[in-house]
Amino acid sequence: SGTDLFSSSVLSPEALVINDPDFQHEDLNFLSRSQRYEQAIRKSSLMVMKLREYGIADPEEIYWFKSFVHRGRPEPLDLHLGMFLPTLLTQATPEQQDRFFMPAWNLEIIGTYAQTEMGHGTHLRGLETTATYDPATQEFILNSPTVTSIKWWPGGLGKTSNHAIVLAQLYTQGQCKGLHAFIVPIRQLGTHEPLPGITVGDIGPKFGYDEMDNGYLKMDNFRIPRENMLMKYAQVEPDGTYVKPLSDKLTYGTMVFIRSLIVGDSARSLSRACTIAIRYSAVRHQSELKPGEPEPQILDYQTQQYKLFPLLATAYAFHFVGAYIKDTYRRISGDINEGDLSELPELHALTAGLKAFTSWTANAGIEECRMACGGHGYSRCSGIPDIYVTFTPSCTYEGENTVMMLQTARFLVKSYNQVAAGQRVSGMVSYLNDLSRQRIQPQHVAARTVSVRINDPVSLVEAYKARAARLVEAAAKNLQAELNHRKSKEDAWNRTSVDLVRASEVHCHYVIVKLFTAKLSEISNAAVRAVMTELCLLYTLYGISKNAGDFMQAGILTDAQITQVNQRVKELLAIIRPNAVALVDSFDFHDTHLGSVLGRYDGNVYENMFEWAKKSPLNKTEVHESFHKHLKPMQAKL
Amino acid sequence: MGSKYAQGFGLGSVNPDLASERQTASFSVERLTTVLDGGAEHTRVRRAVVEAIERDPVFSRENQYFQTQNERYEAAVRKAVHLQKKMHEMGWREDGPEFIYIYRALAGDVAFLLHRVFMRSISVLGSDEQVAKWIPLATKHQLIGSYAQTELGHGTYLQGLETTAVFDTTTQEFILNTPKISAMKWWPGDMGRSATHTVVFAQLYVHGKCYGVHPFIVQIRSLRDHSLCPGITAGDIGPKMNFEHIDNGYLMLQNVRIPRENMLNKFCEVQPDGTYVRRGSQKINYFTMTTLRVSLLSDEVILPLMKACTIAIRYSAVRRQSKLNPGEEEAKILDYQTQQEKLLPQLAAAYAFHFINNYLHKLFDRGYKEIQERNFSSLPELHASSSGFKAMLSQYCTAGVEICLRACGGHGYSLLSGLPSLYTKILASCIYEGENTILLLQTARFLIKCFAAASAGQPVPQSVTYLAAVKPGKCPAKNKLDFLNPDIYVEAYQHTAIRLLSSTAAKLQDLIQSGVKKHEAWNQCTVQLVQAAKAHCHYITVKNFVETVEKLENKAGIQKIMKHLCDLYALHGIFSNAGLFLHDGYISGAQMDMITASYLDLLGVIRKDAVPLVDAFDFTDKSLNSALGSYDGNVYQRLYEWAQKSPTNQQVHPAYEKYLRPLLHNKLSKL
Repeated sequence: SGTDLFSSSVLSPEALVINDPDFQHEDLNFLSRSQRYEQAIRKSSLMVMKLREYGIADPEEIYWFKSFVHRGRPEPLDLHLGMFLPTLLTQATPEQQDRFFMPAWNLEIIGTYAQTEMGHGTHLRGLETTATYDPATQEFILNSPTVTSIKWWPGGLGKTSNHAIVLAQLYTQGQCKGLHAFIVPIRQLGTHEPLPGITVGDIGPKFGYDEMDNGYLKMDNFRIPRENMLMKYAQVEPDGTYVKPLSDKLTYGTMVFIRSLIVGDSARSLSRACTIAIRYSAVRHQSELKPGEPEPQILDYQTQQYKLFPLLATAYAFHFVGAYIKDTYRRISGDINEGDLSELPELHALTAGLKAFTSWTANAGIEECRMACGGHGYSRCSGIPDIYVTFTPSCTYEGENTVMMLQTARFLVKSYNQVAAGQRVSGMVSYLNDLSRQRIQPQHVAARTVSVRINDPVSLVEAYKARAARLVEAAAKNLQAELNHRKSKEDAWNRTSVDLVRASEVHCHYVIVKLFTAKLSEISNAAVRAVMTELCLLYTLYGISKNAGDFMQAGILTDAQITQVNQRVKELLAIIRPNAVALVDSFDFHDTHLGSVLGRYDGNVYENMFEWAKKSPLNKTEVHESFHKHLKPMQAKL
Repeated sequence: MGSKYAQGFGLGSVNPDLASERQTASFSVERLTTVLDGGAEHTRVRRAVVEAIERDPVFSRENQYFQTQNERYEAAVRKAVHLQKKMHEMGWREDGPEFIYIYRALAGDVAFLLHRVFMRSISVLGSDEQVAKWIPLATKHQLIGSYAQTELGHGTYLQGLETTAVFDTTTQEFILNTPKISAMKWWPGDMGRSATHTVVFAQLYVHGKCYGVHPFIVQIRSLRDHSLCPGITAGDIGPKMNFEHIDNGYLMLQNVRIPRENMLNKFCEVQPDGTYVRRGSQKINYFTMTTLRVSLLSDEVILPLMKACTIAIRYSAVRRQSKLNPGEEEAKILDYQTQQEKLLPQLAAAYAFHFINNYLHKLFDRGYKEIQERNFSSLPELHASSSGFKAMLSQYCTAGVEICLRACGGHGYSLLSGLPSLYTKILASCIYEGENTILLLQTARFLIKCFAAASAGQPVPQSVTYLAAVKPGKCPAKNKLDFLNPDIYVEAYQHTAIRLLSSTAAKLQDLIQSGVKKHEAWNQCTVQLVQAAKAHCHYITVKNFVETVEKLENKAGIQKIMKHLCDLYALHGIFSNAGLFLHDGYISGAQMDMITASYLDLLGVIRKDAVPLVDAFDFTDKSLNSALGSYDGNVYQRLYEWAQKSPTNQQVHPAYEKYLRPLLHNKLSKL
């Protein structure tokens, strides 16, 4: 049910960590990048020891423990724990696991995952790093043939790791066999100096991720033994013969898993920002609503509610969506292990779109929360800048969002074409089946009237469904029209891609509204269900209000209904207002985790801002040394 | 001219992917640059200033992304001091034609910016004697000024400020106090470490009566050793999203006494016996802020968007990814429709805003002259315009810069792309000099009044005369080409602006007539009022773009390409706000499809000139300070070389010896 959604067995390790003196440190906002990296490494080292001490080994428990230690921030061992070890488990042969896994588990080997190159990201086939097999010595020769082929961005690569799993184009017997993964030692054990043939370093400062040593890696004729290619699936035999893997869909599984984590992360990051902004808006008093009365809480202004409450509703919606994807993935990963991959394509398409939809929305939402805190939101003490810079790269990593939307669109168009060819489709796209019925009548699919009741979530789901059907159909038809005109399929696709992205967005929007609405009936506590229903209505109606053009153009809603929807949104703001603080308190973020002076549970904002500012590095001395170096000489001269 | 500006790394020739973009320009880039500068002479002066500044190593920003807050601050102070010398050397004067380009060439990375605001507020609000006393001292930097308005507990709502200034007739002094923590001055630039003086805004009390907020000159640090004056507590407010080089400060005042003459008294004065005298409008106190809002638009809001467009569009012509046609090489990402849809509307907006900025400056120059003659009649319009456009432009440009950042994939997140610092800096403009939502509501208040006046047949300021011309009807367009006719889309914007305003006015009226108190009714309509104010500004911007294009010379392809951009700006606005235009059926569903088609067609048209259009902004590589956006397009090489200079690459990191080594050397396996 709603209220206990965010607490679980995870609370006890949180207490363990928060009370542990080893994990205390100065406010990160006052440290340089190098100092932040050092703090993170210190904590990660301790963390690994404590995990052993407490006997924590379950991956999910490790994930939570790590997020408490690092307060939801990235850390240099992320890629080691999150990619290097899991990749060994899933793609290494038993012999390779013997050789690498325990040393890596014991951190004698610290590894990273080097995929992205300077010139290529999401489009993996374009990667340029080569691994050429030399049967004479039974080695692979790794090369970065161009500047653009330098590995760029992998976390932990810059300063921390001594090994990397490198993705490279495999060449054997003179032929390119596509991308494969290789275990490459990069630094000398003992001295930590780069090995001969390896150029490695930090890529410099970024927008956030200060504690992460994202790195570059350039390889010049660097040789590794044949046994260092990860060969559970594809293999290169000693004589250079290439043995193909069985299925390439298997890699979908990992991607679905990671993208589902991003959906959850969107929900959490937005929840944190909402917590800060809503608590602060209850503490901040400004201007006057009624002449002569004291200044009201800014949360009482309609414009402030209109900024924050739809985001609060969105945060809840994304929590439910994140949970749904995780459960679905768990459910079907059993099937995957038994070789049944039938449900994977839809889930893959859906998570790609939802990853993009939720991360875009949360990204904009976090910024909206920050702006809703006025000037103080801009100070690092608000904590929101930090949430933003940590979260915003998720719009790009694990699949650039526009590309993700287009992947979902590909699935939607395929489903549409199946329906057009007389087949039925299932799952979240089953609304497309209605199109075939529609075809009998000369009507436009969306022109069919949906009698929408604006206070009934179920009826509103139908409205979103009709909108999705209309825009998917429009995109598919536009694509067909382009195909009739153009030589190249790719060109036609490109000329329709703005429509296709729109189609994916409205499909995802429909899925979210549907899942949120479905969740309501599962909540047993009546008071919780009531407030969740209000939030669900707000989320749904606000979405209509903001995209009124779609609903009107398709004839799903009339002008008069849109006016009613706009009015209802404003009524809901007032209805939610009394519960607003309680609704963010339910997210149950500890002050330490929130890292915000504005969002403190006790609301003692101004005193603590002053205390915080006094610790600023510029305040270390009363008269800054610049006065003696620059100001005074100038005043003397003029 | 191009290669001359491609300085920096001494890398070889222009990347062929970028060179080819320049060969097909449909217009003269140099000519467009002079149009943007307002004439060839301005272009010449600007380039000369930029060159002089960039040639001087003290002003280099190459290491900026690697520096700590303390280092940034020190560099900014050093630059500010050096700038005085430079100006003297070059013969540049504060009232000379070069001056506006200096700050731009420094990209704002210099201290004592508030010093200028300090001087300006004395010039505008001070009496002749006060100007004569303070301005020469400030000009010679014998004091460093700041401007202390915002408090911990209050920002845009000035009446709520809590600092007090009590007049003491016996000593002829004002006694200034910070009565509680929320009254502490908070945020003023240059105040944390640098300023010796500041203009403090405080509630004036004489004989126990409060006269509202007034400005006072207060000395806060010793001119001898820079230590804090008695009764003063001041310091830096700590790290922010950007502005590391500025010491935004806090200030607490405890029984600080200043002479009566330190109240800025051109418009209000406290006489020796405590008599309070007012000359002219109370609103004039805020006029400094009003003009500031307009003067910041160009450098702080529009230029960052132009820079972001330059970086993102050049990079998109260099970056190749995936294939558009099988068998061909990977395509430039600028050829993808989705990429064009992200970037080209931002480019069109940058031009639209450049022209609306010119419009605002004309409006203000006229208004300023009137005010100097003590004619305050244009103040409401100036205030409403500065508020509305500051809000609309800062909000749009902030979003636009972020779109550019995210359109550059992973590399956009590297500070070396230049985009994160552009973004974190511009987004402050949504808040400073007035929080945007509140500003839009102020514009809305003005519009509601004008609407009532216009409906009653009374005269209204020129920018809102359209409110009287309510013409019901439908959009007459028949096909997608009709939407390239400015009359058609200007009319649509006008119609929507009037509709939003009139429906909100009607709702306000209804609520009040049904017995809801006026202020409560206002709060219930604020979401719609904000929307109406935005629609008004949007309409004026489109209309001004159209009028500007009509007046452009029909030579060298300039007018034609500007017409395309104007069309794109207008149609993108309708496409993105479809609901507003469809609402009362002024635009039909079928017409919306035509608009979409025309809009998407324009992307392909402007695509061809995208790189020349950003070249015309004429930013040097040093001013862009971006590995992705340099003129020569040698993106990857520059990124690689620059990253190697990062301090994190100087040696094996100390964290290795301290933590990693013990970790790697089996301390763990003992557990």
